[in-house]
Amino acid sequence: MTALALKLKQNGQLPVLIAAACTVVLLLVGSLYSRNFLSADYLLLQLQIASFLGIVATGAMLVILLGGIDLSVPWTVTVGGVMSAAAAGWWGATGEWLAIPFGIACGAALGLVNGIGVAWLRVPSMIFTLGINAVAQGLIVVQTGGFAPQDRATPAMHLIATGRSLLGIPNALLVWLAVGLATMFLLHRTTLGRAIYGVGNRERAAYLSGIATRRVVVLCFTLAGACSAMAGVLLTGYSTKAYQAMGDAYLLPAIAAVVLGGTHILGGRGSYLGTVVGAMLITLLQSILSVMQIPEMGRQVTYGVVIVAMLLVYGRGRRLSD
Amino acid sequence: MRRDWLYHFREFRGAYAAAAMFVVIFAVYIAKHQTGWAVPVLTTAANKGVLLAIVAMAQTLPVLTSGIDLSVGMVFVLANCLASHVVVGTPLQAAAGCVAVLATGALCGFINGAIIVWGRLQPIVTTIATGTIYYGIALGLRPVPGGDVHAGLADALTGALPGGVPAMLVVLVGVVVVVWLPFRRSVVGRAALAIGSSEAAAYMSGVDIGRTKLVTYTLAGLLAAIAGLLLTFVTYSGEASSASGGVYTLNSIAAVVIGGTSLAGGAGSAIGSIFGALVLRTIGDLLFVFDLEPLWQPLFQGVILLVAVSLGALQLLKVTDRLEIFR
Amino acid sequence: MEAILRLEEVSKRYGGVHALERASFACAPGRIHALLGENGAGKSTLIKVMAGVVQPDEGRIVLEGSERRFLHPQEAVAAGIACIFQELSLMPDLSVADNICITNPPRRRGLIDRRAQRRIAEAALARAGAEGIHPLAPVASLSLSRRQMVEIAKALAREPKILILDEATSALTAADVERVFALLHRLRDEGLAIVYISHRMHEVAALADDCSVFRNGRHVATFAAGTRSNAETVAMMIGRDIEHAYPPKPAPLPASDARTPAIEVRDLSWNGQLHDIALTVRRGEIVGLGGLDGQGQRELFLALFGVLRGVSGEVRVEGEPVAVRSPREAKHAGIGIALVPEDRKTDGLMLPMSVRDNLSFAALDRFSRAGVVVASAEAAAVGEIVRRLSIKAPELGDPAGTLSGGNQQKVVIAKWLLNAPRIVLLNDPTRGIDVGTKQEIHVLLRRLADDGAAVLLYSTDYAELIGCCDRVAVFLDGRIVRWLAGDDLNEHALVATALDVAAEAAH
Repeated sequence: MTALALKLKQNGQLPVLIAAACTVVLLLVGSLYSRNFLSADYLLLQLQIASFLGIVATGAMLVILLGGIDLSVPWTVTVGGVMSAAAAGWWGATGEWLAIPFGIACGAALGLVNGIGVAWLRVPSMIFTLGINAVAQGLIVVQTGGFAPQDRATPAMHLIATGRSLLGIPNALLVWLAVGLATMFLLHRTTLGRAIYGVGNRERAAYLSGIATRRVVVLCFTLAGACSAMAGVLLTGYSTKAYQAMGDAYLLPAIAAVVLGGTHILGGRGSYLGTVVGAMLITLLQSILSVMQIPEMGRQVTYGVVIVAMLLVYGRGRRLSD
Repeated sequence: MRRDWLYHFREFRGAYAAAAMFVVIFAVYIAKHQTGWAVPVLTTAANKGVLLAIVAMAQTLPVLTSGIDLSVGMVFVLANCLASHVVVGTPLQAAAGCVAVLATGALCGFINGAIIVWGRLQPIVTTIATGTIYYGIALGLRPVPGGDVHAGLADALTGALPGGVPAMLVVLVGVVVVVWLPFRRSVVGRAALAIGSSEAAAYMSGVDIGRTKLVTYTLAGLLAAIAGLLLTFVTYSGEASSASGGVYTLNSIAAVVIGGTSLAGGAGSAIGSIFGALVLRTIGDLLFVFDLEPLWQPLFQGVILLVAVSLGALQLLKVTDRLEIFR
Repeated sequence: MEAILRLEEVSKRYGGVHALERASFACAPGRIHALLGENGAGKSTLIKVMAGVVQPDEGRIVLEGSERRFLHPQEAVAAGIACIFQELSLMPDLSVADNICITNPPRRRGLIDRRAQRRIAEAALARAGAEGIHPLAPVASLSLSRRQMVEIAKALAREPKILILDEATSALTAADVERVFALLHRLRDEGLAIVYISHRMHEVAALADDCSVFRNGRHVATFAAGTRSNAETVAMMIGRDIEHAYPPKPAPLPASDARTPAIEVRDLSWNGQLHDIALTVRRGEIVGLGGLDGQGQRELFLALFGVLRGVSGEVRVEGEPVAVRSPREAKHAGIGIALVPEDRKTDGLMLPMSVRDNLSFAALDRFSRAGVVVASAEAAAVGEIVRRLSIKAPELGDPAGTLSGGNQQKVVIAKWLLNAPRIVLLNDPTRGIDVGTKQEIHVLLRRLADDGAAVLLYSTDYAELIGCCDRVAVFLDGRIVRWLAGDDLNEHALVATALDVAAEAAH
């Protein structure tokens, strides 16, 4: 490897660059199929769609950095969408204002329970978030079946999800930008960010260094829940309706986006920029596969193969004999 | 001699607890059931429960090495779809079809293992990606649900043997005897536990890490395929349902945990996972039998799952050295 | 005697670091050969080459006259070379018998023969002098000392011709150390070739027949044991002349000193492992904790640091009673306790994180405003502490895992110094550290005390306790049985009290 590549690899930025390069490659490949692919309109649309995944991936990344995983994404997304639409229905005029924060708060509450289960009860995150996912599903079934609340999106939600209020930039992208900047600041410039990396690297040493590790874990899971719910709110705005199983399509792509962006799945290493590129990469990949009109089967297989191939390039672990 | 028993019990106490849990819950179920202890009831329960039990067995193997296999549900679905094509015709053809299905499952597992060992990728992301590949292939085999299966074989396996024992249970016991017990007592099986306990120490001790992981993941794929084959006998068709695959994958993880195997690896038993799976299945049926409103069932199932996996937290109350809770 | 194993002109590089540079070594059967050298001298790498854990870039390995290559630890074992490392190679969840026979277990019909395996394990344990260990016990349930004995049994079960021990006694209780020494003498007389690494000079003196000194990856000298003095040997190891003297101690504080003690402990008990501990440490004092390993010293530190639950008794800091419930509370400015843990790799550092991040980790609040880190303040403080402690790290952005053991320990200490602690607890800080860095740490501790901190030092090295501490509390079964100071603070008294023998009888 050249000296430059070695320096970048140590810096942790190599995955980001490779992912970015692959994104460019995908764009070029797509443009072979349709010249539309490189048009500003289409690209902005892709960014808009990528925003939903990007917001979910933000929450996923925080949890993965800690060395955990959040499998409650599917139904937390749904909770965000369903509860925000329901709130609009319950509280009339004020409901319109409160709908979005209420939906996000519901997701944050689920995340809080996740955090308590993982940090205080010490249940492995994989299994606890799995349980919370099932509970969230149960709650939504009871909610929608028993009480038949409103499931329509408020105009505000629709505006944020689909509108372009500022210089033609999709509002959803602006939301992602805000969330992203806040997350980057959190991770790289605050004591909490350092604590997150520390806990993800070795919780024991972080604890013995006087870090309130449990608080850090609870906070990250709460933020992850809020992110998932926020995506649910946006999705509801986008499709003007909240529906069950909204979030199923976001769990695995979110994890893939985080991992392809260079974040180590076992925690402690990764930069947010990588997650951004990863989300765009996944979105582009999915778009190309549908533009090429490959049947669903081919899409699934290509999707999986691309992820494995990219990880083999830069996600490999060290040899044990090192 | 007495101390030997104590060590054995301590090693498998998770599995024993899961078995006890199952016996209690199943007894309540049978007691409340309209028909009660009757062959059709037992057979239906066995047909549904054994499928998850075998997928849970499949999941146990990688978990023992402190890995995970998030593609077991998709291999299960893929085997089902393939079986609905090839396990048909004359008995000989059907038998060949069965072999083909099992071989495919083993191959899927082997691919997982190969990427993990030679590609040095983490199991969780590898199997997420390969899971979508296997699902895609299943979709290609069965874009819409359909197909058929050798009727004689299906009837035999989903029915009951003379004496009232559900045939599926016999199949389950057979799988345990032929696959799990030899694995557990073999060098490769113990090596899997060693890797899960401490991969670095295992390497230093000269354990062949690569070969062990390959065998582990291949067997996991094989077991998932067995379950998929059996599913075909139950439903008489093949369906590429990603929802079903996902549910089986996640439930298999829950079953492994309830069965007393730690996700960190190094200790545990597939037999515990079998009881964990049966517990999960029976809880669902239990809610039905208690006439709980269908609307509330998913919520109760979720809460019970959460409580079941959190039970281990009770041990924390005894901990006086907080360093013990951090790894 | 003809050498059984010879390494010739062996080199090994890790990136830009020359771990071994054309090093040569030979060991003969029936002799115990000690390997001496500072950390980073190449001893561990040499042993790893012999044991097949790493492959040399250049050079030859000659075993019994024929050249060999060991591509895998298993090949070295098969050739008759057994190695016991500092990091244990035991799987905690598996039983003792499973661990001992982990590779090549006895088989019956393709499966493991458990009964034969158990017999082999019992024989190996007996040979190692550890009959009290039950073969079915999970290794995780054994103490560190017992685990080390299992590790030795495991090596012996392979019927080796060459036995290599890398710091194998560092975790042992004194009684077990005696057993191991007797065992090694027995094995030597049976004709094994034994290679032994230890930083404890008195162990080397008691055991070795031959000594080899390494420095900076190169072989410096080989000589028969006893033919060079300790000072000469250390000089060869460090490459410069040093007086192995401890920094001078100040005059002992009068008992009637009216200042409030920095920390005062009364009637502290916990979980049947600590009973009615009472001690007082004033600012400027270095108080040592002595006694055999595992008598409660570690637990006392954890209790003071807030890690243990259910601690009864009274602790006063600067006269004020405090209840410390977590390390976070302990390090708080109002209390100001710092703990340098015994295992720097798992408890003291986050190895993949940069040296800089590790250094500032415990004191981030001092370099931040409202939760936001002020990079300039952090960089200044980090730079200053690196200079002050002479931490050798080429790039502060490099992962802490790339530093040598001694420098890693310095980073852990520095991390806490950035917090300006009032009370510093050190848990065996110089274990496994080279002589040069050890000295630096001793000087640092005295300076810390002189600057006003209260220092508590737990050490398994008697010389260190005697050389550094003003007073020593000797622990036995969770109690402080005796305080030693002044003329009473000598090795005889320490050993006698630790072993619960009347001090007069020991003279």
